[in-house]
Amino acid sequence: MQAFEYIAARTVPEAVALLDEKGEKARILAGGTDLIVQVREARRDVDWMIDIKAIPEVNVLAYDAEAGLTLGAAVPCYQIYAEADICDAYPGIIDATKIIGGTAIQGRAGVGGNLCNASPAADCIPPLIVLNATCVIAGPNGERDIPVEAFCTSPGQTALEKGEMLVALKIPAPQNNSSSFYLRFIPRNEMDIAVVGAGASVTLDDAKQTIVSARIALAAVAPTPLFAEEASALLAGRELSDEAIDAAAQAAQAIARPISDMRGTAEQRTHLVGVLTRRALNGAIQRVLDA
Amino acid sequence: MAIKSHVQTTINGETVEFLCESRQSLLEVLRDELHLTGAKEGCNNGNCGACSVILDGRLVNSCLVLGVETEGKSVETIEGLAAPDKLHPIQDAFLENAALQCGICTPGFIMSTKALLDSNPNPTEHEIRYWLAGNLCRCTGYDKIVRAVQDAAKASA
Repeated sequence: MQAFEYIAARTVPEAVALLDEKGEKARILAGGTDLIVQVREARRDVDWMIDIKAIPEVNVLAYDAEAGLTLGAAVPCYQIYAEADICDAYPGIIDATKIIGGTAIQGRAGVGGNLCNASPAADCIPPLIVLNATCVIAGPNGERDIPVEAFCTSPGQTALEKGEMLVALKIPAPQNNSSSFYLRFIPRNEMDIAVVGAGASVTLDDAKQTIVSARIALAAVAPTPLFAEEASALLAGRELSDEAIDAAAQAAQAIARPISDMRGTAEQRTHLVGVLTRRALNGAIQRVLDA
Repeated sequence: MAIKSHVQTTINGETVEFLCESRQSLLEVLRDELHLTGAKEGCNNGNCGACSVILDGRLVNSCLVLGVETEGKSVETIEGLAAPDKLHPIQDAFLENAALQCGICTPGFIMSTKALLDSNPNPTEHEIRYWLAGNLCRCTGYDKIVRAVQDAAKASA
């Protein structure tokens, strides 16, 4: 592995100042499960690794039924799914954190790092999109928030500007009669990268017969994870029915722009978008009905 | 000559000090600096689990941890598992079930099993298989390993 300098930052301003000073050859180290491999395999040229795990703000994991969830950028997956109230409130996130790598990866890797790595196939990003997550970003000019669907700009690239870092994700409290679901297609049972991933969230009316609102997001079918905005809007106000779900699945297929690669062909991926969107929606709906 | 950092950590219950470059992984520090060669390098990218160790109570791939990150932390490796004169019940169970052939993956499987049984003393077969999904074995076909874990759980009950 190339030589680099390791710096354990103690505060957000310290990390931001280092990022700003060192420029693009500085990278934030959180769980390291992507970054260390990328540097070792010479896929990323890094002269400074800035470890943020000693900074209090990036380790926050706080859920409140009114304020929602604050998820620090360095919180590892295992801490998230260990919290019963978070599992109940945001099952779509939990679906993703439980399938990223295996046990040892989940001991280090977190949702924030999965987002900042900006893989089109990142499992955590579709559930963040469907749960209306906001990215809290700190930089030389202070703090700013952006919606998570605007964070990834191309494979491996994000909206973070020079000197900026992700501090936390904020997810609104779940509404009544709502739930979320994420699933992916892989040819194995575990330890694999999504051929296609689909997340959905739904809010039903009190009678649990009509969809008040829904959000659908897709992974591995475009250069970035996608918010399927039109497909989501089609469901608002619709009674629960296979026809409504099918229409949304078809609209989701229409925005997929997949490539063919070692994991699957474009044709297979487009087909999978339909299948997985239906399953994600039905999964989220079933969770509301079961609650 | 690259700059080396001084790191103090606890390994298998003993305070250990070492010098390492930032780019050295915990796996490289364990093997090359401290001569604890139980943890193995397989893929060196987090897929195979041959380098599994327990860091502050959590199973990790030591190839994906920097040595400098372990300052003030506690590391458990296969070398610290058994008492000097006696195998650990997990090791006994792996032997009795012939849950190893070439042995390269075995220290990783055993540390992963220890982390599992520490957190879940009575796992189902499903839980065992998912927990061990990040440990690869190209010899046994896994069934013997699963049976060894089940036996180890019974022995520890």
